[in-house]
Amino acid sequence: MTGLGMTLRQLLRDLATQKLRTFLTAFGIVWGTVAVSLLLAFGEGLHRQQTKSMAGLGDRIVIAWPSRTSKAFEGIGRGRRIRLSEADIEFLQARVPGITGISSEYSDNFKVKYGDKVRAVDVSGVSPVFGVMRNMIPQAGGRFIDPIDMEQRRRVVFVGNEIATDLFGKENPVGKEIMMHGSPFLVIGVLKAKDQDSNYSGRDSGKMTIPATTFRALTGQKYMDNFIYKAAHPELNKGLTKLIIAALGRRHHFDPTDDQAVQVWDTTDMFAFFDAFMLGFKVFLGLMGVLTLIVGGIGVSNIMNVVVDERTKEIGIKMALGARQRLILTQFLLETMALTGIGGAIGLGISLAICVGASHLGLQEFVGNPVLSPHVAAFTAGVLGVIGFLAGYFPARDAARLDPVVAMKL
Amino acid sequence: MNWPSLRKSNGGPPSSNGRIIEMNNVRKVYDTGKVRVEALRGIDLSVAEGEFVAVVGPSGSGKSTLLNLLGCLDTPTDGRYLLAGDPVADLDRDGLAEIRNRRVGFVFQNFNLLPQLTALENVEMPLLFGGVGGRKRRERARDLLERVGLGDRLEHKPTELSGGQMQRVAVARALAMDPAVILADEPTGNLDTTSGVDVLTLLSELWRQGSTLVVVTHDPALAERAQRVVEIRDGLVVADSRNGSTSH
Ligand SMILES: Nc1ncnc2c1ncn2[C@@H]1O[C@H](COP(=O)(O)OP(=O)(O)O)[C@@H](O)[C@H]1O
Ligand SMILES: [Mg+2]
Repeated sequence: MTGLGMTLRQLLRDLATQKLRTFLTAFGIVWGTVAVSLLLAFGEGLHRQQTKSMAGLGDRIVIAWPSRTSKAFEGIGRGRRIRLSEADIEFLQARVPGITGISSEYSDNFKVKYGDKVRAVDVSGVSPVFGVMRNMIPQAGGRFIDPIDMEQRRRVVFVGNEIATDLFGKENPVGKEIMMHGSPFLVIGVLKAKDQDSNYSGRDSGKMTIPATTFRALTGQKYMDNFIYKAAHPELNKGLTKLIIAALGRRHHFDPTDDQAVQVWDTTDMFAFFDAFMLGFKVFLGLMGVLTLIVGGIGVSNIMNVVVDERTKEIGIKMALGARQRLILTQFLLETMALTGIGGAIGLGISLAICVGASHLGLQEFVGNPVLSPHVAAFTAGVLGVIGFLAGYFPARDAARLDPVVAMKL
Repeated sequence: MNWPSLRKSNGGPPSSNGRIIEMNNVRKVYDTGKVRVEALRGIDLSVAEGEFVAVVGPSGSGKSTLLNLLGCLDTPTDGRYLLAGDPVADLDRDGLAEIRNRRVGFVFQNFNLLPQLTALENVEMPLLFGGVGGRKRRERARDLLERVGLGDRLEHKPTELSGGQMQRVAVARALAMDPAVILADEPTGNLDTTSGVDVLTLLSELWRQGSTLVVVTHDPALAERAQRVVEIRDGLVVADSRNGSTSH
């Protein structure tokens, strides 16, 4: 199109000379963009943070504690203690289909020495699969317990990141030897820092983990404190739990409906509840955002209406000089789009700055860092573009439909 | 005034027979729902190429209405109008826009310049709408402004110009697309005597260069300079006379 440069130059000059109008329009759009993108960014940040914190305990696992019976069964009174050993784990693996991971856990508090530092540390003895199931990811240069450690009852230890800093300071713990419960242990890995909002025997960052076989040899403890397992899909955990309790009930003679004999915590429940909650929350935030945008859009279109009224004479003059309808429409649309574009960009910039600022406030553990997702940005910009288009199009079209004389006299 | 020719020949199509304007029994009714005004009640008017016609008459007689119809700023309710031999009645909005852009140059009583644009950009407007490219457009606009004596006011906004200067910018703008006819509605109506004389002289010069002019006026001085005076009363042509000195 010839004269695009001139049209753009005029546009910039119009925007500059109509400062208040430009400011008001742009402000509406900036405000809308900031509101929508921040709402959604904080919602997303909160969701991610909570999910991450919950996953600190494990990736949708079930935790089970052998306990005491609460119902009489097969002639035995209630209150009998149920004790489970490694043989029960093997039995479950052989008899119950659908287990994708299972590990026993033995726990105690040991005296740990490194150099002249002595600490009382919670220690768990577990199987290699425990690492993945409980999201115990090693930092670079280390590893979790592996099957050979297990088989050979190696004295190796995987240490939590906080206790590692406490004991080793700036030294690299991996490859160092510590004394635990009177025996030397080789450090094979350090936990990669993670958020964990729930636990059952202290946070992983302060604990140490050793092979279950080594634990039993070290302590002579025969029965596990608890075990963890998971199904292939979180939704299958419920059914799997039923099967496991029933199988254990048959083997240890307790009522399969006794929910105390082996106590179960299905962490999926927590996720399911939270996912539903977050979905509702996000829908709410999104609705608020859309409403904000609509209100902003109404503002923008009102301003555009005023602008067109104000400039109907100008439109009339241009038509008198031979401007075609399409050119006049194009000019107004360009103007509105430019305003929306600039306003949107400023709004996103402000949102981004606020997001970055918020992540320095140290609130991450509670509400997470806001995440300004490209989707939200694109969505916001798109909605604003459409609003800008509609806001500019209709009033301009009405004006361009007038006869030049009528438009000039208005 | 040294006045190099602005215009090449603008002879219309052969069918026009040298007639730029040919109006037969044109009527214009304004119907606002409540009031119905018959502004023009059957106008017959023909203007030949190179004529200088003054349209006179009392206020409210329909002069502006007539000029707006001539310039295709408005459409007649009834009647036949050929502009440079072409019937205007069948044209759509874009067709009318093209006529306004290429065939007529309009000069208004209140100038109707775009206030946020410079003199140069105001003159560029019709060229822009006519699809003339950037460099050519600026050159032509500058030439025209120089020829109306405003070569040193190119970058001035209308508010920074006197009334006479504004009207000269408007004349330069009317000439931009080299139109077949220049239509002016009381071009000196808003000007003091001196500026009015300036604009008058400018229009006379244009005519001498071969332009066709139709000028609505109350100004006896202007009517005197015209070759032909058409008088309108109550929406009808009541007199059509030629002035004595008709030589170019
Ligand atoms: N847009 C309009 N709507 C209704 N009546 C109009 C309109 N324009 C002009 N008129 C009427 O038409 C008549 C002629 O007006 P006009 O052509 O402006 O006269 P002049 O220019 O000779 O003073 C007047 O009575 C005027 O009130
Ligand atoms: Mg008038």
